[in-house]
Amino acid sequence: MRREPARTFSDLLPLLFPAAVLVVFFVIPFGIMVAVSFFRRQQGGFYTVDFVVANYERFLTPFFGSVLGFSLFLAMAVAVCCVVVALPFTSFLSGCSRRVQVVWLVGILAILSLSEVIIGFAWSTLFSRTAGIGNLLAALGLMEAPKALLPGFGAVLTGMIYQALPFTILLLYPSLMRLDPSLLEAARTLGASPLRGFVSVVVPALRHTIAATLIMVFVFALGSYLLPQILGRPQHWTLSVLITDQAIYQSNMPFAAAMAVFLVLISLALVGLVLLVGGRREAA
Amino acid sequence: MNKRIAGSGIGRRSFMATGLAGAGILAMPNVLKAQGRSLKVGVYGGYFKESFDKHIFPEFTKATGIAVESVAEPTGEVWLVQLAQAAKAGRAPADVSMMSQVAMLKGQAINLWTGLDRARIPNSDNLIGKFINSYPDGRVAGIGAVAWYITLVSNTKVYPKAPTSWAALWDPANRNRLGLLALVSNSFLLEVTAKTFMGGTEALNSEEGQLKAFGKLAEVKPNVRLWYRDEAQFEQALKSGEIPMGQYYHDVTGLAAADGHPVRSTFPKEGGILDSGCWALSRASKKVDEAHVFIDYMSQPSIQATMSRKVGTAPTVKRNLLDLSDDEFASVSSEIDPIVPRYDLYQARSDWLNQKWTELIVG
Repeated sequence: MRREPARTFSDLLPLLFPAAVLVVFFVIPFGIMVAVSFFRRQQGGFYTVDFVVANYERFLTPFFGSVLGFSLFLAMAVAVCCVVVALPFTSFLSGCSRRVQVVWLVGILAILSLSEVIIGFAWSTLFSRTAGIGNLLAALGLMEAPKALLPGFGAVLTGMIYQALPFTILLLYPSLMRLDPSLLEAARTLGASPLRGFVSVVVPALRHTIAATLIMVFVFALGSYLLPQILGRPQHWTLSVLITDQAIYQSNMPFAAAMAVFLVLISLALVGLVLLVGGRREAA
Repeated sequence: MNKRIAGSGIGRRSFMATGLAGAGILAMPNVLKAQGRSLKVGVYGGYFKESFDKHIFPEFTKATGIAVESVAEPTGEVWLVQLAQAAKAGRAPADVSMMSQVAMLKGQAINLWTGLDRARIPNSDNLIGKFINSYPDGRVAGIGAVAWYITLVSNTKVYPKAPTSWAALWDPANRNRLGLLALVSNSFLLEVTAKTFMGGTEALNSEEGQLKAFGKLAEVKPNVRLWYRDEAQFEQALKSGEIPMGQYYHDVTGLAAADGHPVRSTFPKEGGILDSGCWALSRASKKVDEAHVFIDYMSQPSIQATMSRKVGTAPTVKRNLLDLSDDEFASVSSEIDPIVPRYDLYQARSDWLNQKWTELIVG
């Protein structure tokens, strides 16, 4: 079925509402943020309307570059880990009975309803020396004495994967449900092991979904602000943490806005790059 | 107990709303009771607000007939941003707010506070002079509400003997055991470093001195396990002994100890960090008369004494006017000369200090 191009104005009417929502809730706030990022910072006060690039200059230093680099790396690591864990799981889930699927999906949705605050404090308790899983490991003889497993990169990564995993599963689930089971059956009939069938049939068949999921989870993880703060050391703080510090604690809105604009542009560029590379490969 | 620091309460989304949507979202509608006189008062949310609602505001209404609608405010600077945005739109989410010193001064820089008439606040004469904030032209911007100390706190089970000096923070034996405040403008650790190792906070007068303090402070990094923005995060860890030492608020620690938790607050020999909150009136507020009555009422020695007993804050009025016993006074204050934050630096050099500080702890 081909979509007919819109011929009259009334054909475009249904688009007006989403377009208006997009403008009001995204374009205008983003425009304000871009404008504020060029305002002049008034030290010890707020800002004055102006057009200066000092806020961007302050950001373009090796220090903020490394913080930005870490934020991007962390978000990518979370996205890759989540997809690697979620893909086999969701594939397995899609083969289960309806009832089992419903139970799992409800459980997964329940995790998604938890706020970042609750997840952060729960994991900080789980990783603590006094009440955490270290005690369990010590009791089992796997650890000599209970040790704190935080703060550290592992703790941050675990917390963020926990937060993003349900989201990943829900993104992959529809595609895996639609995947024709006869593809895998054919591979099995031709002698492929289940693992081989999964890697050489399911994964290639879902490459678009996988790429889209990676991007979505990456963007989801990029904004994380509380978990790196609760579970990590200062070197694990993301750019979002520093943006918050500037906006809320230093009342330096122009600099916070400049950093946020930069973060948005970099992530848009990365997403564009992925789409471009994917599109080229498709055309080849 | 989110008193002076908002952290966990601000999720990513609400932050976006605060930061981006601007005045429209920030300015809460000015809903007031139609009958009788009333006043909206902003106090730090959580334990602080509860204590005020329970012990202070009902008595005020009884005495003056002015109803108080208390508003839970987040930490000083966050609330300052909201008040400033709202005032631009001609609204006042609270008429009178309790503001910490750094936030007070930033508000003064943008003329956010209505000048107060001390002739209508006769009880303000009871205050110790330094607790009255004035604009450069002499108008009064704020009247001291309460004072509080940030002290050296420790878990009594992990440290049977109380530490005696801020130098304990530098002790290699305390590796990975400390919880410290995460921001230069609320931890006041530069001042602590200067008073402990450099002879006093005047050492911070020059950039050279400030860099020297940063250098000394860098040595503390391996000992710090948690740089906290949110009080609850550290308080829990301190009680359980997970993070057995650090800097924290004297009043809250005292209450935790009274509840039976194994914690103690110590005034180090170099002194505790003395910070304070002022009552300040938003320029968008029309309740100027009620605000003067309120601030005058709160400046009475008897009310200050009640706050010390019930809320655990240090009084802003002179000691000899208070009917606090020596024990009661000692539980909220100390005779040791306090470390007074260099508020002037957070005005004149705030961005530079913040940048150096961030590079120090993140780098």
